[in-house]
Amino acid sequence: MSSSADTRSPTLPETSAVTLTINGETRQIEVAPWTTLLDLLRLHLDLTGTKKGCDHGQCGACTVLIDGKRMNACLQLAVMQEGRAITTIEGLAADSRLHPIQAAFVERDAFQCGYCTPGQIMSAVALIQEGRARSRDEIREAMSGNLCRCGAYPNIVDAIADVLAQGETTDREAAQ
Amino acid sequence: MNRFSYVQAASVDEAVAALAADAAAKVVAGGTNLIDLMKYNVERPTRLVDITRIPGLDQIEETEGGGLRVGALVPNTAVAYDRLVEERYPLLSSAILAGATPQLRNAASTGGNLNQRTRCYYFYDPQTACNKREPGTGCPAIAGVNRIHAILGQSEQCIATHPSDMAVALAALEAVVHVAGPSGARRIPLADYHRLPGNRPEIDTTLARDEIVTSVELPAAAQEFRANYTYLKLRDRLSYAFALVSVAAGLTIESGSIRKARIALGGVAHKPWRRPDAEDLLVGKPASNETFARAANLLLEGARGYEHNAFKVDLARKATIRALGQAAAATPQSQVDKRIR
Repeated sequence: MSSSADTRSPTLPETSAVTLTINGETRQIEVAPWTTLLDLLRLHLDLTGTKKGCDHGQCGACTVLIDGKRMNACLQLAVMQEGRAITTIEGLAADSRLHPIQAAFVERDAFQCGYCTPGQIMSAVALIQEGRARSRDEIREAMSGNLCRCGAYPNIVDAIADVLAQGETTDREAAQ
Repeated sequence: MNRFSYVQAASVDEAVAALAADAAAKVVAGGTNLIDLMKYNVERPTRLVDITRIPGLDQIEETEGGGLRVGALVPNTAVAYDRLVEERYPLLSSAILAGATPQLRNAASTGGNLNQRTRCYYFYDPQTACNKREPGTGCPAIAGVNRIHAILGQSEQCIATHPSDMAVALAALEAVVHVAGPSGARRIPLADYHRLPGNRPEIDTTLARDEIVTSVELPAAAQEFRANYTYLKLRDRLSYAFALVSVAAGLTIESGSIRKARIALGGVAHKPWRRPDAEDLLVGKPASNETFARAANLLLEGARGYEHNAFKVDLARKATIRALGQAAAATPQSQVDKRIR
């Protein structure tokens, strides 16, 4: 980046190219330094499944996976994601088959208005991959970064507990 | 958010040079606090220096002396679940897991956690006066909404608290912060890293503006607290809330009597609060509530609350007694099941 940036008019944003992989597709995009990953997804790439709730890292509606780790997309600058792999809610279902967490949310009616749901689901997918939560208390604690103003929490915990139980069954079958 | 330029530093030297070249430049790593503050126009850097691509700052390594050195870029999650940290410094793991959310802990760095700013409501609101944000404008918190504010070490200019849980555990473990600047590297004991507000509340730490944190060293000696420790955090909701009061406690106990004690309080001051004389008072004494109460009284000496946080003085005293009891009994506070036992 050139040092002439400081003398440019603030109305002429200086953009830089960032190459990142989004839901398996590698893309090169021109972004201004102040564009967040959330705004890149929603405004530049039309991936509006990731929601903007508080825009301050408090509600979790914007949760995505960055190199497999769940993070708040609203607090990440797009320009800092060079080379990273981003997974959003649009990238979960494979060949139109729902991810087990998505299926469990449908089965358990784990939402009401649905606005927090993409963030809840991405967070829950990461929770399963992390493999640390087992009990309902542990699920609740590990989901503390995702708020649901409708109060669908009991069903969200049910959905996640179902998938954890399925995993244990699969593990047992594999062991046998 | 204001407009700014962005540069990736390839080395510590490059980062330091970029900071030295621009007085309004800021370092960015995890971004969880800085980007948030920029959205509120509280921080308005002209240039962001991205240090996340600097090699060598993202490792946890054993030191020759038997301690651990945690690189400044190691995410909070990676520290908390590191096998050696869990084994040797479980107090640190517990404190980290008491804070924020999985999403934030995945992004937040070790150095950034230390350098995060207060969550004082007035500091966060550019429409109000704040001596920390704009020196000389006043402190509306003193006569305002001050439930989350300081009861120890505050000044007439500022009653903000430092919000970190991790730093409170690091204070009890007597960690050392390694930093680098234009004139080379230096080490700052954690007790000297954060400062009291005095009449310069705009300065949170003793890190110079053109220095960056490179690592945090956990001393070998602090491993002796791995059996008798706790991180007790009291807050307005059970998860994802800053501490009203927190206590990091570590004890070594030999045949029922205390040989060594370290106690640090969070949520009560501009820095993790320690009183070595209160810790010394426990040495050679039985691990009893009576002894703990004497130490707690000394630790809280001079504490003074305001309209909405006067309760913290007694809460901190009782929390200290409870934490020392949990540590002595080797029943540390669970960060999942929050019932206080």
